[in-house]
Amino acid sequence: MGALLSAKGLRKRYGNKWALDGLDLEVTGGRIMGLLGPNGSGKSTLLKIAAGLVQPSGGKVAVLGRAPGRDTKKRVAYLPEVDCLYREMTIRQTLTYLSTFYDDWDQTKARELLEFMELAPETRVASLSRGMRARLKLVLALARQASLVLLDEPLSGIDPRSRSRIVQAVVGRYRPEEGALIISTHEVIQAESAFDDVVFLDRGRVRLAGVAEDLRAQHGMSLEALFEEVYA
Amino acid sequence: MLEIDVSQPIYQQIVDGLIRLVVRGDLRHGDQIPSQRDMAEQLKVSPNTVQRAYRDLEAMGVVATARGQGTFAAAGPELVDELRRQMLDRALERFMQEMLGLGFSRSEVPGLVSTALARQAGVCGDGHDGAPRSTHGGGR
Repeated sequence: MGALLSAKGLRKRYGNKWALDGLDLEVTGGRIMGLLGPNGSGKSTLLKIAAGLVQPSGGKVAVLGRAPGRDTKKRVAYLPEVDCLYREMTIRQTLTYLSTFYDDWDQTKARELLEFMELAPETRVASLSRGMRARLKLVLALARQASLVLLDEPLSGIDPRSRSRIVQAVVGRYRPEEGALIISTHEVIQAESAFDDVVFLDRGRVRLAGVAEDLRAQHGMSLEALFEEVYA
Repeated sequence: MLEIDVSQPIYQQIVDGLIRLVVRGDLRHGDQIPSQRDMAEQLKVSPNTVQRAYRDLEAMGVVATARGQGTFAAAGPELVDELRRQMLDRALERFMQEMLGLGFSRSEVPGLVSTALARQAGVCGDGHDGAPRSTHGGGR
């Protein structure tokens, strides 16, 4: 399997601030990657570019071997950090609505995920707690058979039980042969056991990258502790 | 089932954890063990990590996978004995390193251990051995 996402000298400017400032990265299939870094380090920008939602200002980027766009979007699932669910719809209506946009929507998987996430289909989105909305967003991202799954801060600002369920849903349903999965987070401890690889971003560049198990062995510490050290 | 310490490689902890269950007799020959997916979900660990651990355990003969039926504990009595010896050696090695690090010599260790065991059993060196008597209620 070739690189599913590759970036070379990737740059993105918002106003006079560089969100990405010469980022180099290669993501191959069959692995779960943790994209780590404090707020403002460029995690969300990178994922938005990979999802085809934002145009880079410079450098090179390829998703599934080509420039991000209409073709790559069909094979990339993206969970946005912001909440973009329709409050008036029920969960069932939300799923039905979104399924019409994607050829790779797997209704069986969606149903199984809803059950695992303890979401009742007839509940209205407006009445869901933050944690429940985060669970629903994950269902929407994982219900597709995408080659590249991008989860932007799926764990931030929610209750511990929801966090735990989300990580369980990811590791229990991820199929290495289907592609790669990237989880961005600044709360490393919640998800670190799920990562095969980790990339630490700092001011729009890669500060440190490696295989999670190797980093634990080399440094004799958790990724959480390493994170604290890297950004101290 | 297993406790994961994320400051150490996880794959090794899954291997050691299952071997420990086998050595203790909690997992017997033919007992089913969780599928890779269930284990990944329970431990919140990447399925790749679980797969690596299961592959090693399979190569050692500790588990075996039957197509369509799942994964089972597969160690026979000889392998269990061998694994128990290995676990014992590693535990003793860790203990000795700790004792030497504290400044005790190898020759002091057996005496220290006997004394400590006697104290824990509430015997307090009064000449009796055998049945532990609980005098402080501190033992388990």
